[in-house]
Amino acid sequence: MAHLELKNITVRFGGLYALSELSFAIHTGEILGLIGPNGAGKTTIFNVLTGVYKPTEGDVIFEGESILGKKPHKIFSRGVARTFQNIRLFSKMTALENTMVAMHCRSTKGVMGALLRTNSQKAEEAYIKEKALEALKFMGVIQFADTVASNLPYGSQRRLEIARALASEPKVLLLDEPAAGMNPSESSELMKDIARISERGIDVLLVEHDMKVVMGVCNRIVCVEHGIKIAEGSPQEIQNNPKVIEAYLGQPAATHD
Amino acid sequence: MIQEFKKIWKQYAITMLWLLGLLWPLLGIHPDGTLSFKQTVNVWSYIFAGTFICFIFYIINKSGNFEFFTKPVVNTSQKLGDIVQAMPSWIWKSALLIGAIIYPILTGRYPTDVVINVLLYICLGLGLYVVVGLAGMLDLGHIAFYGVGAYTYAILNVQYGIGFWVCFPLAGLTACIAGCIVGYPTLRMRGDYLAIVTLGFGEIVRIILNNWMSLTNGPNGILGVKTIGILRPVMENGLTFEIFWVKKLEYFYYFALALAILTIIAVTRINFSRIGRALEAIREDETAAELMGVNTFYYKLLAYAMGAVFAGFAGALFAARMKFVSPESFTFLESVMVLSMVVLGGMSSIPGIILGVIALIVLPEVFRELESYRMLVFGLTMIIMMLFRPSGLIAAKRKKMMETKS
Repeated sequence: MAHLELKNITVRFGGLYALSELSFAIHTGEILGLIGPNGAGKTTIFNVLTGVYKPTEGDVIFEGESILGKKPHKIFSRGVARTFQNIRLFSKMTALENTMVAMHCRSTKGVMGALLRTNSQKAEEAYIKEKALEALKFMGVIQFADTVASNLPYGSQRRLEIARALASEPKVLLLDEPAAGMNPSESSELMKDIARISERGIDVLLVEHDMKVVMGVCNRIVCVEHGIKIAEGSPQEIQNNPKVIEAYLGQPAATHD
Repeated sequence: MIQEFKKIWKQYAITMLWLLGLLWPLLGIHPDGTLSFKQTVNVWSYIFAGTFICFIFYIINKSGNFEFFTKPVVNTSQKLGDIVQAMPSWIWKSALLIGAIIYPILTGRYPTDVVINVLLYICLGLGLYVVVGLAGMLDLGHIAFYGVGAYTYAILNVQYGIGFWVCFPLAGLTACIAGCIVGYPTLRMRGDYLAIVTLGFGEIVRIILNNWMSLTNGPNGILGVKTIGILRPVMENGLTFEIFWVKKLEYFYYFALALAILTIIAVTRINFSRIGRALEAIREDETAAELMGVNTFYYKLLAYAMGAVFAGFAGALFAARMKFVSPESFTFLESVMVLSMVVLGGMSSIPGIILGVIALIVLPEVFRELESYRMLVFGLTMIIMMLFRPSGLIAAKRKKMMETKS
């Protein structure tokens, strides 16, 4: 069953087609890999899914409803969370506060609640904190809870970003190159984490250049080039797909026998 | 030792020569066309002697010859800091409160007047803190809301005879509405553009106050604003109430103190709530905040409106104290002063801002004896403070949240 679906998405910046007629779906319970050379439009897909860009044509369906044209924060509160290719933490806030921000859409108390510090407001704050700590623990960065985000080691910053996205208990998690800049042992750790996230019943869309990670953890892979989907299938199928090989390695000059 | 500090020596020498070059045209060229050197050299040698002594001390300190003296001082201050940390916060809070309460009794009329000013500016500064410090929006027209609050009370009181306690919330409300009116179309902008727009708004408000003769009486201002009246029980022939006008400055002080304390509490509570976190997230990375579920437009508007409300309340109190309002009090310079207090004190710490306000209000009063050099010394102090403490007098401290848990 399709959980989050892109239907014939076209994104045009002036005369440039960033995506054209692109369709694919993230099914319930799967880890979908999204690969493609640099500039293929992977991050544009993320921006369309999260509401940052409004596609020129096409539709985005989430849980049977169109989320096209909805504000990013509305889409997030419906359950589509993401991380960023270049880490975008709230750098002067602590790790715990970063994660607590994501709980914003799951809480309701306003100015009056904050001013009067009512019991229900205190209870809500405690709930927010508990959920945030849970997410930090899940991603193994609980020891940094009181550390200012910019002082965290690089790998932990990546993990914190995932923790922040997870705190609100999303239904779909979009990971934009989470293994970028990680060493082999860190990225194999990350693969385990992605599998654990999937076990929690969260669908994952993974954009990644590290093929070991993509092939190791994804159930299905979509390959895009120049904003067009060129292949879709299981990791084995993708690995043997001549179009994918061509996109990554270029056209063979001559065939060898 | 001198070798080590060769670079500093060189810099020092250049600075002193530069100063001499700067001083001579100022002191040595006279309006009647004559030139003199004596006065310049005199003034310069005084400055040279003073700075040279400071410089020697600096070098001795750097090379560690003062450690016998500085080390114990640092140690004891650290120990004192630990003791203060260990003390429950209500002890020093109540000590401060008692100090604030007995202050007007101990001092005279003039110091009380200065402190009332400080208290009003604390409300203004903390209002601006919500906008600049938390949400990270540069606001150069904050004083406009102060003006809106003050004029709301003045007009309602003088023209319609409505009392302070009815006007006070209304002043907050009108300031809030003004904030929303400006904020709604402009808060889509970011950074420098927003600063320009807010600057424009501040000027628009001042010009309206200056030119809308029928309502605001223009540059002449509004005279005869009544002060705060409270009902006081009287025990003559049974229990009756009479209106008591708060005319004495000492009494008025307590109202300003109450408002300042309420503002401090309110802003602290907002700071450490989900609203405060949302605003800080917007300051750190607006796009990421929006993508993490924060309705950035709504919260930016809310921050602007909240800042305006605090300024509006302070404005009403200001009108009640002065018994007179005029557009003169709400100029761009005042906005800049409030902003300087926030920046100087430490952009994102409430105690820092309070200290910043105290510094910027009290210092010019202290320097009053220097007469025409007052603003010069004041500016110099500001530059020095920003050089040595770029993140403000009291830098922001993150609240440790884990200690309360586990």
